[in-house]
Amino acid sequence: MTDAVVVRNLSKAFEDVQAVAGISFTVHRGELFGFLGPNGAGKTTTINLLTGLARPDTGSIRMGGIDCTDRPRAAQHLVGVVPDESNLYPELTGFENLCFCAALYGLPKAERRKRARELLETFALAAASDRKFASYSKGMKRKLTIAAGIIHRPDILFLDEPTTGIDVASARQLRQLVAELHDRGTTIFLTTHYIEEAERLCDRVAFIVSGRIVRIDTVEHLVQPVQEKHAVRISFATTPGDLQDGLSESFPTLGFTFAANDVLRVESDRPVRVGPLIRFLEEHGAEVSEARRMRPSLEDIFVEITGIEADAMRGEKEKKGGGR
Amino acid sequence: MKLWTAFWNILRKDMRTYYLKPPNISWGLIFPLAWTGMFFVRSGSGLESIPVLLPGVVAVSVLFGTTSMLAVAITFEKKNRSFERLLLAPVPLELLMLAKTTGAILFGVANAFVPVIMALFLADLSELAWGAFVPAVFLIAVASTFLGLFIAVAVSEVFEAQTFSNFLRFPMIFLCGLFFPIARLPVFLRPLSYALPLTYGADVLHGAVHGGHSMPFALDFAVLGVFCVGLFAASLANIKRKWIA
Repeated sequence: MTDAVVVRNLSKAFEDVQAVAGISFTVHRGELFGFLGPNGAGKTTTINLLTGLARPDTGSIRMGGIDCTDRPRAAQHLVGVVPDESNLYPELTGFENLCFCAALYGLPKAERRKRARELLETFALAAASDRKFASYSKGMKRKLTIAAGIIHRPDILFLDEPTTGIDVASARQLRQLVAELHDRGTTIFLTTHYIEEAERLCDRVAFIVSGRIVRIDTVEHLVQPVQEKHAVRISFATTPGDLQDGLSESFPTLGFTFAANDVLRVESDRPVRVGPLIRFLEEHGAEVSEARRMRPSLEDIFVEITGIEADAMRGEKEKKGGGR
Repeated sequence: MKLWTAFWNILRKDMRTYYLKPPNISWGLIFPLAWTGMFFVRSGSGLESIPVLLPGVVAVSVLFGTTSMLAVAITFEKKNRSFERLLLAPVPLELLMLAKTTGAILFGVANAFVPVIMALFLADLSELAWGAFVPAVFLIAVASTFLGLFIAVAVSEVFEAQTFSNFLRFPMIFLCGLFFPIARLPVFLRPLSYALPLTYGADVLHGAVHGGHSMPFALDFAVLGVFCVGLFAASLANIKRKWIA
């Protein structure tokens, strides 16, 4: 069976910035493939290269068996794209926007109206179908943008940061919809900076940093090395002084990392005894507000491989895209 | 059939969201009226001068009607990224841009006939050569629209589109022989006149309305056609170079 996306040695530079630097990967048909990395890592540039909105400097792209290297728009009939910002027409209603997007793919009138109504129902937007897109909330806009991306039933769907900047309930609902699309057999290429989102949804994940893929594997394989580890996250009410050396000296079998000024991450191969640790911290002037056992996750692997703190990555994006 | 569906729906959406909006319809009506009135006042002449003024007013109406709307509409869609949605559709770029520009062309042609209809009530236009007049209006609308497209692709902000189009349009009013013959221009400006598409369109209009043309119609139409093809090809090349870079 032909792979959905095959990319080899793909590079793209904008003036003196190397946005994508020789990446290679394959997305299998029916797979949900995650592209995980911080802002400016090259995620959106990669999507633009794959969807025909940009031309590669070097490398090759095959989409659904079609060579798109020299003809970037050759496979557009196979592809649906949900960009990182909603880009539908503010002056059209939700229903009109969907019908218009369906018409761009040549769907006959009766079919596009039926499909638009169906998607408005699926995305719980039927009540707002006659309202102009401009009046929709952020979450509704994201949902309608996803509906527009799948209106022509694409073989391959590109989702660029689908849950950025929307509230928790909408994000959860969107993830559910993405999972349902995947279950129905759509190949999905998902870029995200939310590690837990990638872990929950994706079959395989690529970590991209500074335009380079540093690791690709299934979520299961990636997480395996840390599954046996034990981790505790300790939060402080006030920022403690420098305790790193004292902690390492007193608890030599434990690993300590200050993830932020007021969060300490403790790792061990054996279960962590929290009592002595808390006592030590409080005796040294730290005011502990919470100690929580952590399930080792993809985040740990991401931090280990890329050296980028997930919290910092999330915070940076949310500053730009609004709360979640 | 599929491509026709996409073409027709892009055109229909643009007509609805841009060209058939009340401010644009009123612009299409008021603008030719204001120009006609201004020239009457300026020349101090009577209704007998309508055939001489009509070609210029028609050309200006088409030029302003097409370039301003298209340049702004495309720059606006590029800015809010809805234009990306069109670029992602499986429609050849040539057809996509023709769909985007057809609305402006039709709007320009409709604008042209506002002063014509008014003139029909006020002057004797029985000698008007419609066979040359209508194709000339159409080709002026096409050339002006593609000029608007060229501007839209060259800039990135809506205000730049306005500025750039005014920079080109206002000199054209005086350089293209719309209201006074090119022969009355200073010699050093005349080559510039012949480098502008409107010169050839206006020449056909003058010829069709009152027989006052200075070049053969065939040459006018040929040069206008070359401008249309050239501006469209240059715009497409710029889109490929700048927007699918």
